[in-house]
Amino acid sequence: MATQAATQATLRDRWRDYERAARGFAGTTALWVLIGGLFLWAAVDERQLFVIGIIVGSILALGALGLTLIYGVLKFGNFAHGDTMMLGAYLAFFFLTGLVKETRRDTNIGINVSDLPGAGDRIGDLSFGYGFLLALVLAAVVVAAFSVALDRLVYRPLRRRKSGIVIFAAASIGIAFCIRSVLLMIWGPEPRTYVSGIVPKNDYPLDISLKTNEVFTFLVALGLTALVYFLLFRTKLGKAMRAYADNPDLSLVSGINTDRIVTWTWVIGGALMAIAGVLLGLQANLKPELGFQLLLPLFAAAILGGLGKPQGAFIGALVVGVSQETAVAFGPVLSDILEVLTLGLWSPDVHISAGYKPGVAFIILILILLVRPRGLFGGIT
Amino acid sequence: MRFERVATPAALFLVAFFVTLLPFERSGGDVGATISFLTVFLTTVAIYAVFVLALNVQWGYTGVFNFGVAAFFMVGAYTAAIFTKPPSDTEFVQYVGGFGNFFSPEFLDGGEWLRFLVGTTAAGLASGFLAFLLSIPTLRLREDYLAIATIGIAEVLRRVAIEERGLVNGTNGLVGIPRPLGGWFDPGDYKYVLLGIAVAVMVLVFVAVERGIRSPWGRVLRGLKEDEVLVAASGKNVFAFKMQGFVLGAFIMGIGGAIFGYQLGSVAPDVFDHFFGTFLFWAMLIIGGSGNNWGALAGTFFVWGIWTISLQLNGYDMPGAIQSRIFFIRDFLSGAMLVLALLLRPQGLIPEERRVSLWLDRRMRREKPPPPPSPAAVEAEAGN
Repeated sequence: MATQAATQATLRDRWRDYERAARGFAGTTALWVLIGGLFLWAAVDERQLFVIGIIVGSILALGALGLTLIYGVLKFGNFAHGDTMMLGAYLAFFFLTGLVKETRRDTNIGINVSDLPGAGDRIGDLSFGYGFLLALVLAAVVVAAFSVALDRLVYRPLRRRKSGIVIFAAASIGIAFCIRSVLLMIWGPEPRTYVSGIVPKNDYPLDISLKTNEVFTFLVALGLTALVYFLLFRTKLGKAMRAYADNPDLSLVSGINTDRIVTWTWVIGGALMAIAGVLLGLQANLKPELGFQLLLPLFAAAILGGLGKPQGAFIGALVVGVSQETAVAFGPVLSDILEVLTLGLWSPDVHISAGYKPGVAFIILILILLVRPRGLFGGIT
Repeated sequence: MRFERVATPAALFLVAFFVTLLPFERSGGDVGATISFLTVFLTTVAIYAVFVLALNVQWGYTGVFNFGVAAFFMVGAYTAAIFTKPPSDTEFVQYVGGFGNFFSPEFLDGGEWLRFLVGTTAAGLASGFLAFLLSIPTLRLREDYLAIATIGIAEVLRRVAIEERGLVNGTNGLVGIPRPLGGWFDPGDYKYVLLGIAVAVMVLVFVAVERGIRSPWGRVLRGLKEDEVLVAASGKNVFAFKMQGFVLGAFIMGIGGAIFGYQLGSVAPDVFDHFFGTFLFWAMLIIGGSGNNWGALAGTFFVWGIWTISLQLNGYDMPGAIQSRIFFIRDFLSGAMLVLALLLRPQGLIPEERRVSLWLDRRMRREKPPPPPSPAAVEAEAGN
């Protein structure tokens, strides 16, 4: 009797496990199918928007990569991420031009990398010379150092006190507003650009026209994603990072220098933030308030991909980018779907204006939280 | 000597002193002007205190991390405007509703109070309903997921208000929101009436929240903030209680938004940005002391006082480089104050109480001399 009951209980447990696995599998499959459908539709029907979406997604991917790394290893959502990206972008602007704002006008402090011989000569079809790349690297170094310093000053004391994730989040929001007001103090609210002038587009097969800058951005995002993946899963440092992410105390007693892990996480995360910001500045005008607006798509991308997964951040960011850019074309599609669903009784004229781009990221975020909060690649929850 | 015995009164006194001194000095010793300045200042403090008390219900007591106060603020302000304004009479100003005339029947004194009662209640209900919808996908997950979802809803709703021109008149917003009881008083004296209304609402909310939190229901909420697993193990439905705390807070935020709309007389999407609409209230709560309603009030007074003082300083001669950046410097100080408070004094100006129970308070007063409660007894009480 007793054995029979025990067997039944075990069977029930096993059945429950199967059910959970099946549900997870179904959720992930449904998501992949949805994403595949979106990409297919966009690539066939709205090819130019699709390509722009991929480029926007590449910039988001660089931001989401840093976010997912910090989220995965240090276990908190860094709400200062967007503003730190802007800090990197403005620092590169400063290294490139030497401009800061005086009371009314800009003033040049007289030192900048553009003065180096040949720094402004364009490389191939790109709109910038090696001076820009130098400014990019300098900005990455400064932001990495800044991030480490911030960790020492703010996050480490909070970590020692075993504060909850919400305290970290609140502190990071305070820092976000501090960074934004400092940017406003030094460079003012006016939009800034790295290189003025029109950059010609090149034609590619399948009616696609792209600037070489945009191809460069995509390749950098792809390369850095691969690099971070390699770092996390193929190096000893990455192994230690994942161990720390799993259980900080256990990794400490296993002889891992946890302080070093945290420092490296911030160095890599900071450099990624700066690069993301600078490449954003290559595509769009820089404004200090852009940082906070970036948070929503960045978080949506990182959560969609699964927190702590670099490949997830990349795919998630592409999905967010493509959906945002093709959102204006959703209107007629939605009208058609509604017409079919209501058997032709109701055919509303749905129009989605470009102002709703942040709304797209929000809808993706809510959907993923409802369907599969662990994300596509099964990150932490 | 405990910190809050000396430093908190000193800090609050300093702020009060400068808030009074600067307008007095700048108006050249005009007492009337100073009093009218202080009236407006205190009205604003009372209205913001409603938001901070609401945030305290959500974060200080329930531990729900709402970083989209602006969304609930905005929904409240717009709903109240729609319910109190008459319908639009030109095609250049478009908005839904405009129920003001409907709720102003002649036999009830021509719309001086009923529509405001209806509008304020509707504001709370609309805002609470939004919180209910938002809590379904997010409240079961990690705390910071709710934070990003609320940031998202604030951004999206602001977009909706701007893009859907027929809804609440797009970027221009709604102007000419009527003043509660405005017809009964002289327009010049109206600010004192508004101060009275704002303080009355604040006191009402304060008393309601205090009563609620000192009840068994409130102790479950507080337990949730400390240890969700423990509360679940005591047989409480964690999700339901969290939702109740979140929705109640949002309801109060909606009411605050309504009063804010009455004070300003207009609402526009620009007002509800993340810095003003959300961050400032967080700074007030954390600096004041989350988990304590008196702390919420103290924080509101302190932060808004410093904010006002920095605006007043703008009237004095300063180097142009600082003058043109005074707003950014003020924003920076608010952010830095929040971070410093989290690092150096996470419990705020007035720390959380250990024991929140009306029943225990009463019992201890009756039994003399009061027996010192053992920690175990307090724990047992908190979990009943």
